[in-house]
Amino acid sequence: MAKSKITVPPLVAKQSLWLFGSALLVLAPLVPHLPQWLSALTAVTLLWRGILLWRQAPLPARWLLAFTGIAGAAGIALHFHNLFGRDPGVALLVLLFSLKLLEMRTPRDAFAVVLLGYFLSLTQFFYAQNILNAALTMAGVTSTTAALVVLNHWRQAPLRAVRLAGLMLLQAIPFMLLLFVLFPRVQGPLWGLPIDAYSGLTGLSDSMTPGSLSQLSQSEAIAFRVKFVGKFENKAPPQATLYWRGPVLSQFDGRSWRIGRVFASGRLPYQASGEAVDYVVTLEPHFKPWLFALEFPVSIPAEGLMANDYEILAKTPVRARLRYEMRSYPAIVPGVEESPAVLREALQLPPRSNPRARALAARWREELGADDSAIARSMLDLYRRQLFVYTLSPPLLGEHSVDEFLFDTRRGFCEHFSAGFVFMMRAAGIPARVVTGYQGGEVNPVDGMLVVRQSDAHAWAEVWLRGRGWIRVDPTAAIAPSRIELNLARALPAGEVRPLIALPAFVWLAQMRYRWDALANVWNQWVIGYNPQRQRDLLASLGMRSPDWRQMTVVLTLVCGVLLLGFTAWALYQRQRPVPALAAWNRLSRILARHGLARKPWEGPFDYARRIAATLPGDKAALAGEVARIAEIYARLRYGETDAVLAGQLLQEMKVRVSRIGRLDAPVPAVGSRV
Amino acid sequence: MNLAATLQERFFRWALRGKAPEASPVILTQRRVYVLPTRQGLAYAVSLLVMLVGAINFNLSLGYALVFLLAGLGLTAILHAFRNLVQLRIAPGRCEPVFAGESANFGIVLTNRRNETRPAVRLHLPGQESIEVEIPAQSSMEARLALPALQRGWLALPRITIETNYPLGLIRAWSYAAPEQRCLVYPAPAEVAPPVPAMPGEDGGAARVVAGMEDFAGLRRHQPADPPRHVAWKAAARQNAGPLLTKLFTGAAAHTLWFDWNMLPAGQDVETRLAVLTRWICDARGAGLAWGLSLPGSELAPAGDDEHFHACLKLLALYGQE
Repeated sequence: MAKSKITVPPLVAKQSLWLFGSALLVLAPLVPHLPQWLSALTAVTLLWRGILLWRQAPLPARWLLAFTGIAGAAGIALHFHNLFGRDPGVALLVLLFSLKLLEMRTPRDAFAVVLLGYFLSLTQFFYAQNILNAALTMAGVTSTTAALVVLNHWRQAPLRAVRLAGLMLLQAIPFMLLLFVLFPRVQGPLWGLPIDAYSGLTGLSDSMTPGSLSQLSQSEAIAFRVKFVGKFENKAPPQATLYWRGPVLSQFDGRSWRIGRVFASGRLPYQASGEAVDYVVTLEPHFKPWLFALEFPVSIPAEGLMANDYEILAKTPVRARLRYEMRSYPAIVPGVEESPAVLREALQLPPRSNPRARALAARWREELGADDSAIARSMLDLYRRQLFVYTLSPPLLGEHSVDEFLFDTRRGFCEHFSAGFVFMMRAAGIPARVVTGYQGGEVNPVDGMLVVRQSDAHAWAEVWLRGRGWIRVDPTAAIAPSRIELNLARALPAGEVRPLIALPAFVWLAQMRYRWDALANVWNQWVIGYNPQRQRDLLASLGMRSPDWRQMTVVLTLVCGVLLLGFTAWALYQRQRPVPALAAWNRLSRILARHGLARKPWEGPFDYARRIAATLPGDKAALAGEVARIAEIYARLRYGETDAVLAGQLLQEMKVRVSRIGRLDAPVPAVGSRV
Repeated sequence: MNLAATLQERFFRWALRGKAPEASPVILTQRRVYVLPTRQGLAYAVSLLVMLVGAINFNLSLGYALVFLLAGLGLTAILHAFRNLVQLRIAPGRCEPVFAGESANFGIVLTNRRNETRPAVRLHLPGQESIEVEIPAQSSMEARLALPALQRGWLALPRITIETNYPLGLIRAWSYAAPEQRCLVYPAPAEVAPPVPAMPGEDGGAARVVAGMEDFAGLRRHQPADPPRHVAWKAAARQNAGPLLTKLFTGAAAHTLWFDWNMLPAGQDVETRLAVLTRWICDARGAGLAWGLSLPGSELAPAGDDEHFHACLKLLALYGQE
C-alpha cells in the first residue's frame, strides 16, 4: 500500500498544556495514597513543567530526567522495601508519568502520557471504589480524552475538544453498560496478589489484646449491611438481641486472646427453636474467613462452613463484597452436650498469672459451692458495684492485666470486661470463652437496611453450664446497659471523645449520611458487588436460561452489533439538502449550464460573476448584472450576514432573481464557439 | 509484474469499484470507506487488555467499568473517523499546465454537505507527502495536490488516498478516489539553446499589428507570464483591491518571428527540438514579441498574446502523442 511519507510535527504548546491539565486531574486523587516525599517530588515536577510551559522554555536534558527517575525509583524501593507490590507499582507509575511530562517532545511521547493517564485513573480504584471516586475518574478520563483530541487536531478550540470528548464518552456509555452487564465475569484473583493488596483495612482479627477493639470502634467504616425479610422486614429485632457472632477466642496467653482449634463441618450442631429471623447480609470484604450471622444461625451459606464453636467460616477469605441469605433463631442455647476437648480448652489458663483474680475466684468457689451460675452472677455484681467505668480510652495495663483492671484501674472497654469475666470464670473452674463480633447496628430510615459499622465491634462472654449449654453473658451490659440497648454514642459518659457523627448536635449530618448510605448501598450492591454470582442471577432473572460465558458472549456480540449499526446509521444520516442559499446558488449554475456557463467547482461567487460578465456578449449585459447581484447576495448570505430578518429578505430576493433568470426565454448564445 | 504488485493493483481496482478514472463527483459511500486501527490504536487496545487483567485480578468492579468505557470510546472512535470521511464528495478542480520538471498542482474540490466541519482530512498521491485540510460545514474547498511532472504530455491524476485519524488517532479511516483529471505538461525549456532566430517578417506584412513594446495601446488583466516592467503599477496603486493590470504596447516595428521545426539541425532528436522550441517561445513571450510556430503537420499563425503562447506550448507538449 502506498503510504505517504511520515513527517512528525513537534508538539505545540497548546497540546502540552492539555496534557498538563489532565495530569493534574488524574494525579490529584492519588496523592493521599502516595508516600509524602513522592507527592512532593511529583508536585515539584509538575510545577517545573508548568513553569516551562508558561515561559515556553525548552525541556530539560535527558540525563537530568534519567537521574531523577533512577533516584525516585530507588527511593520507592527503600520506602516500600519492594518494587513489585501494588503500592510501589502505583508509585512507580506516578513517577514515570510525571517525568514523562517533562520528556514530552513528539506526539508519540504525548500518546504515551495519555495511556499512562488512563492507567493511573484505574489505580485509584485500588484504594476506594465509591461514587466520589467514580466521578473524579470521569473528570480525569474526559480531560485526558479531550487532550487526545487536541493531540490529533491542535487547532481544535478547548470547549469543542471537551464537548467532543464528552459526546464520545456519552456514546461509549451504552457499550460500557452492555459490557459491564454481559461481559463474562471471572472471580479474581488470577494469580497471587501482592502481599500489600489488602493493607489499610480494618475489622475484627483472630486475636484480641486490651485496646484492640476500642481502636476499632473509632472507625466509621461499614462492616456489613443487613436486610431483614419476612416477619422483621420493616422493623429490625430489638437492639439488645442483635449479637452478630464472629471469631470465638478461647485461648489465653496472659495478655491476648486467640481463636482456639476449630473443626468445621457442614452439619448443624443444634436444633432450631423459638422464633426465626430471616435476613440477607451484604458483607464488606475484610480478608478474613468469618461470615457474620445473628446468634444462632440454622442455615449455612454456600460459601461457608459451620465451626464447632458456632461461628461460620468462609471457605476462602472474603476478598469481595459477599451477599448471603441467613436464618437465625435467637432463642437457641447450643452445646448442652459439649465435647470434653472443647471444655478443656475453655478452662485453660496460663499458670502463675493474675494471682489476685485467681484468689478471688477461689474464694467464691468456696463460698458458693457447686453453683456455677451464682459465681457468674457475683462476677457481674462485682462489675456493677465496684463503679467500673466504660470508656473508649482505658489506661494501659501491665503484666497481670486482669488483676490491674479488676482491682486497680477499673476503667475499660468491652474487651476488658469480657476478658476479665472469662478469666474469673475459668479461674473458678467454669468453662468460658470470649466471643467477638458486632452488637447492634443502625437502621437506615431511607432504605430500611440495618448498617453495622466497625464501631459496633463488640466482645462478650459465653459460659458453659452443665445441663444448660453455652449461655451468653455480656458483662458490658452490666456496666453500660445503654451500649447494648441503644448504641455506643449514648453509652459513653459525657466528655468522652466520640466519633464526630455520633454527636447529638449533628442530626442533620446524620440524616444526610442516611441518604448517602442508602445510595452507597445501591452502588455497592449493583456496581461494586456485581460479581459472577450476581451476574448469573441477574441474567437468569432477565430470562436467560443458562447464563454461561458462551451465551453471554453471543448476546453481547449481538447487542453490541445492533448498537454499532444504530450508531453507523447516525453517522450516515446527514441533511442531504444544502442550506437554502446554497440550493438557490446551485440552481443558478444549473440554469446557466444549459448555455455552457456552469460554475466551475472551484469558482467563488465573485469569480463566477466576473467570468460571466466577461463571456457574455454586450447585449446580454443586463443578465450579467443580474448574476453579479445574485452572487453578491449569495456571498453575503454565506459569509457575511448575521441579521436573521435581513438574511430572510435577501434569501427571498435571491430566489426571485434566480427564478427570473430561469424563466428567461431568450437563450444565451452558446459560448465556446468564440475560440 | 510480480504477484504482490498484481494483487495490489487488483485491490485498488476493487477498492475504486471499477476502473480509474471515475466519473465526477466521486462520493465516498460507506462501502468504500475503510477503517482499521492505527499503531496507536493497537497500543491502546493492548493497554486496555492489561488494565482488564488488573481489574479482574484485584476484583475492581469500577476497574471493569473504566476498561469497558474506554473500549466503548475506541468503538465510537471508529464511528467518528468513519463519519469524518463518509459521503465526502470529490471533484476535479483547476489544474494549470506546467513545464516538465515542475510540480503539477492538481486541484481537488472537496464538498462537505454535512452541517459539521470535517477536520483533519489528509490527502496524498502515491509516494507524495500528504496535506491536511479542514472542510467547513456545507461548503466546498479546493485542495492542491502536487505531483512532479516528469514528461511532457498529459499527466493523469493518479489514485488519491483520502484519510483521517480524527478525532482520537486510534483509528484510521481511509478511501481511494480517482476522479478524472489530467494536467498538461509542457516540454521543459532547453537550458542551452541557440539564440532566438531573428527572422524578418513576411515582406509587405508590415501592416500587421502585434503586441510590441513601443506605443501604449491599453490595459488588460495581468497574466503570470507578463514581464513585471509592463505591470501598470500606477494603476495598481490607485485602486486598492483590484486585479493587477498589464500595459499593452503596439509596435509596428516589432519583428514577427517564425519558429520552424526545420530550422533546427537535422541530427537533433525530437525531445531536444521541442525543448529548444519551447525555450524560444518563452523567450519571445518574455520579450513581448510575436511569433509563429511551424511543426511538421501543423502550424500556428504569428501572434503574441497569452492564448497563442499556451496554444503553441500545448502543440509542443502533445507533439507526436495524439
